[in-house]
Amino acid sequence: MKHIKTINKANLKASAAKGGCGKCQASCQSACKTSCTVANQKCEREA
Amino acid sequence: MIHKFKLAGLNIVLDVNSGGVHLIDDLTYDLLDNVEPPFDEKCPANVIDKLSKTYPADEIEECFQEIRELYADGIMFSEDDYEKYALTSVAAPIKSMCLHVSHDCNLRCEYCFASTGDFGGGRMLMDLETGKRAIDFLLKMSANRKLLELDFFGGEPLMNFEVVKQIVAYAREEEKKYDKQIRFTITTNGMLLTEDKMDFINREMSNVVLSIDGRKEVNDRMRKRVDGSGSYDRIVENFKKFVPMRGDKDYYVRGTYTKYNLDFSEDVIHLFEQGFDQISVEPVMADPSMPYAITDGDLPKIFREYEILSEKIAKIRSEGKFINFFHFMLDLDQGPCAIKRLKGCGCGNEYIAVSPDGDIYPCHQFVGIEQFKMGNVCDGSFNYDIKADFAKAHVYTKPECVKCWAKFYCSGGCNANNYLYAGDIHNSYKLACEIQKKRLECAIMMKAVQMMDTAE
Repeated sequence: MKHIKTINKANLKASAAKGGCGKCQASCQSACKTSCTVANQKCEREA
Repeated sequence: MIHKFKLAGLNIVLDVNSGGVHLIDDLTYDLLDNVEPPFDEKCPANVIDKLSKTYPADEIEECFQEIRELYADGIMFSEDDYEKYALTSVAAPIKSMCLHVSHDCNLRCEYCFASTGDFGGGRMLMDLETGKRAIDFLLKMSANRKLLELDFFGGEPLMNFEVVKQIVAYAREEEKKYDKQIRFTITTNGMLLTEDKMDFINREMSNVVLSIDGRKEVNDRMRKRVDGSGSYDRIVENFKKFVPMRGDKDYYVRGTYTKYNLDFSEDVIHLFEQGFDQISVEPVMADPSMPYAITDGDLPKIFREYEILSEKIAKIRSEGKFINFFHFMLDLDQGPCAIKRLKGCGCGNEYIAVSPDGDIYPCHQFVGIEQFKMGNVCDGSFNYDIKADFAKAHVYTKPECVKCWAKFYCSGGCNANNYLYAGDIHNSYKLACEIQKKRLECAIMMKAVQMMDTAE
């Protein structure tokens, strides 16, 4: 495309179908404790 | 829903529901203000008329067709079809615990949300029996979850370190019976770190959070000892010794910025220059009447400061060095799934806090607030209604979140902040939201630049 460059896989919808396994860390257990930041947590689902 | 913004010379558009991130030219940026689904086959004549003062008509049509194509591919103006997951997938076993082994602290940090360590309930240490009951509770309530998390928290947990060690020993025996694994972490101010403690923590704890605010004068203004003197000299020495001993295990140095250091990028860089490369520095959450509290008027300066920080981090990385800033971490391809994103932090549902006397609360920030007391690990009481209420506090039950572009990144914000500063866990604390959104824009921009560089 000339005007638009898509830079990622945009796979959020696909992630919902296979998601919710609950293996990932609770976000406040990493380094927040006073804010909620979920998007920077790692997915821990085994492939 | 889309969100577009200009940053660091780039035009970026985020397609909220697919997670798609696109770099766009000025024409697309302006055209997106004028078109939205359902799309006609051709760009509407009035839009071409309006924009043709700035752009050639054939280019506008060409750009319109690119937007249509991405819409057809489901990565621009994609539909929000997640609510069905919110209705069915949010309740979960309890698998994370914040264990308050000490409601006492050897510092008197001015901004402490725990009333300088005791959470308003008097200074107290957890005894071993209560700690054991907390482990039993976690193992039992985690149902089919195999990987559990327990953070030793305070007050200052190192003030009760013998009990920490014995709780870990007990948990290591008990987890085998359940065929589970508990990941331990600890959050400490570092004042009491000794080589023995460092060795134990390195052996047993997968992550440590080391509290330090940055520059000496910034740290010592807020993080004071009981006698009023600063803590910087002691903790920086201890952390410098401790971090290299961690090897490849995780750690964060974690600071708080206030109205007194809105130039907090200096503090992040100061921490980096001390040899720390895993850094989190967050805004203070405080009653607006406090002199150090961040207020709406500070936002322009804070927004600019995050931009400056992103430039400084980019420069460090361009020199081939490693630095990670917690709030700029983002994986645009392999991040958490949409279900995790709509559930949020999981407090009161997957995550709980336990006070020294065994009382259970939705998270560490709710500790001591009577109406949120969920039960007690010693007498076995547990209020499932409160758990259900928190399970339902997801992005689709928070009115401001439903219409917000950032909802799949902050996941509804901090329920405790919402309650404390906006009156209800379902209300958004707008000051925190604004800061969060700016951090996200910076994070998306930095990731976009990195992905472009990699592609080239």
